[in-house]
Amino acid sequence: MSTVDIKVNGRALTVPAGTSILKAAKLAGCKIPTLCYHSDLEPWAACGICVVKVEGSPRMVRACATMVTAGQNYITDDPEIHQIRKTVIEMTLADHPQECLTCARNQTCELQRLAAEYGIREIPFDRRVKRLPKDESTPSIVLDPSKCIQCGRCAQVCQQLQDVWALEFIGRGEKTRLMPSAGVVLNESPCIKCGQCSAHCPVGAIYEKDETDLLMNAILDETKHVAVQMAPAVRVAFGEAFGMEPGEITTGKIYAALRRLGVDAVFDTNFSADLTIMEEGSEFVERFVNGKGELPQLTSCCPAWTDYMEKYYPDMIPNFSTAKSPQMMQGAVIKSYYAKNKGIDPKDIYSVSIMPCTAKKFERVRDENMKSSGYSDVDLVLTTRELSRMIKTFGVDFVNLPEEDADSPVGKYTGAGTIFGVTGGVMEAAVRSAYYLITKEELSNVNIEAVRGMDGVKVGEVDIKGTKVKVAVAHGMANVKAVLDEVREAKEKGLEPPYHFIEVMACRGGCIAGGGQPYGTEDDVREKRIAGLYKDDEQSEFRCSHHNPEITQIYKDYLGAPLSEKSHHLLHTHYTPRPVYQK
Amino acid sequence: MAVDTAPQIEFSKELESFIEEWKPKPGNLIMVLHRVQEEFGYIPREAAIKVSQLLDTPLAKIYGVITFYHFFKLDKPGKYNIQVCMGTACYLKGGEDLINEMENLLGIGVNEVTDDGLFSIESVRCVGCCGLAPVMIVDGEVFGKVTKDELPEIIANYRKQG
Repeated sequence: MSTVDIKVNGRALTVPAGTSILKAAKLAGCKIPTLCYHSDLEPWAACGICVVKVEGSPRMVRACATMVTAGQNYITDDPEIHQIRKTVIEMTLADHPQECLTCARNQTCELQRLAAEYGIREIPFDRRVKRLPKDESTPSIVLDPSKCIQCGRCAQVCQQLQDVWALEFIGRGEKTRLMPSAGVVLNESPCIKCGQCSAHCPVGAIYEKDETDLLMNAILDETKHVAVQMAPAVRVAFGEAFGMEPGEITTGKIYAALRRLGVDAVFDTNFSADLTIMEEGSEFVERFVNGKGELPQLTSCCPAWTDYMEKYYPDMIPNFSTAKSPQMMQGAVIKSYYAKNKGIDPKDIYSVSIMPCTAKKFERVRDENMKSSGYSDVDLVLTTRELSRMIKTFGVDFVNLPEEDADSPVGKYTGAGTIFGVTGGVMEAAVRSAYYLITKEELSNVNIEAVRGMDGVKVGEVDIKGTKVKVAVAHGMANVKAVLDEVREAKEKGLEPPYHFIEVMACRGGCIAGGGQPYGTEDDVREKRIAGLYKDDEQSEFRCSHHNPEITQIYKDYLGAPLSEKSHHLLHTHYTPRPVYQK
Repeated sequence: MAVDTAPQIEFSKELESFIEEWKPKPGNLIMVLHRVQEEFGYIPREAAIKVSQLLDTPLAKIYGVITFYHFFKLDKPGKYNIQVCMGTACYLKGGEDLINEMENLLGIGVNEVTDDGLFSIESVRCVGCCGLAPVMIVDGEVFGKVTKDELPEIIANYRKQG
């Protein structure tokens, strides 16, 4: 790799060729403010706050989108630059509502932080704040165009990372809006509810639908038995809201905090991730060994992916695993098996999930199959962000909480369940148990390295006693197309499918970087959260789903066997082709 | 491959072969949209959907383009679209007065259509004959050095044609 010698504020530095001034300055320990830039996205120099000087040149350049040139000295801050940046902030604030105290992004807003850092005390321009209606049409996210600063991150992430194209710049000049096209609201658009727009929005223009009041009300309601489940990815990100490092495993503290809020039972979605493996793994064995059903089998845990598939690849419905997602399985067993065990009428149970994901709010009400217990299997979904706000409201000293255990009998989990939260994890967990289901022998090394890591598409072969199982893993919705088009092409030509089993997660890195996770998710944070989940896996007493004693118990006491009639009723679903534009 | 039913709109043979010809070329979207507007007088939603399918381009991208350029219209104009020039010369010579008077006479605003579908008013930038300022174009016919007093007669003539 060729390198170039440059200077940042007079200090000599050698960086790889093609490095942006912004990144070079970071390497030199100099912070340049940014607003439209995000490390997940291509820089496109919209806001102008990252301007720097090149020594000897009369004009300033934007650090995010300008690559370094050998021999140049970049000045990242001086009174003149400071004044220009201040003006950029003042102009942005001129048409921004000053509602910080009641805004969803109070204290997490990047614009608010910049205004504080640059000491803005007044805005020397005419205030031109527009009042525009919110789009609250989806169950997952809210668009508030009055707060939008038109940085374009949401459209970029929706188009580049997710290839969904629900959001676009519509109109021109003052009237420009980031919104769905063709005159529809978000819920009628191609939106898959992944919430990556809300995770990337620097201000309060796109945010998760806040439903924390509903949990408070349920806790206050004496007649309700509030049962909560928590998804795998939540445990390695939750602490961030309380100043802890990304990747710190806070499972026991979250259980404890939930009990401090006053919920009646705390379960873990990792248990139902193990249950998913038993069902989905058995389904794969049926397809692969017994030839019943189409190959490849596609995973169905991710509701944003499910929505995408129903809209863009409905021809793949026969390939989709009929297994519900862990969230919906957990809800179903809470209101059937657990209710029966405890002698509680399921109508009195209020089933809540804590999820890293905004699409889970939509999944809860996808269709009638989500009421397999006779009631809504999940009554409420809160994102990681919402729960962390609630814990703060309740004055719980999260960092110093003692660790507690989950309730039984649907709370215990294995390492296979916990890695559901990372790209490749569902595949790895499935292989660990499929090996056993096919051979009745245990895998000697349960670490499936081929499916780990941050490559957008990972391809591998798993040797099951001489039989090769070809697997593919894709994450970040835009990476799915290449894999599925390969499958489609083989099908059209009447060839063998290129893969037997494909895992898809809509978000880059998997659920650890879901649209409902704490703000500030970039690749370094993703890596730390991922390391946290693999650590949780390695520290687990059991690392294969079929070893979970509570899994053995639920099949013995209640479900019978994987793919039994009862399992099918409670734990499986079906899919429907849907138009990309609902209107 | 999505389930969207075929859009309920017919393109002429010429338009279809134009799209076929331009499909592999870079910059095809704007060329195609120009032709679509030429054919329909505006870009009907169904046509945008059809173009999206024919060019394999997201509908959002098409709307990004047609809402960015003033030239593209999302609503069906009147049978006689009255384009009043608001370029610098025409503006100085009273283009705005023409628009105001036209709005009074027809009872509609700019970018609106009369109830009978006959007239619409559009404010356009320089049409390239500043010597005739203020200029107005109706259905391709150019009117130069127009005064407010002439407007009722111009409208009446078109109304007679129906």
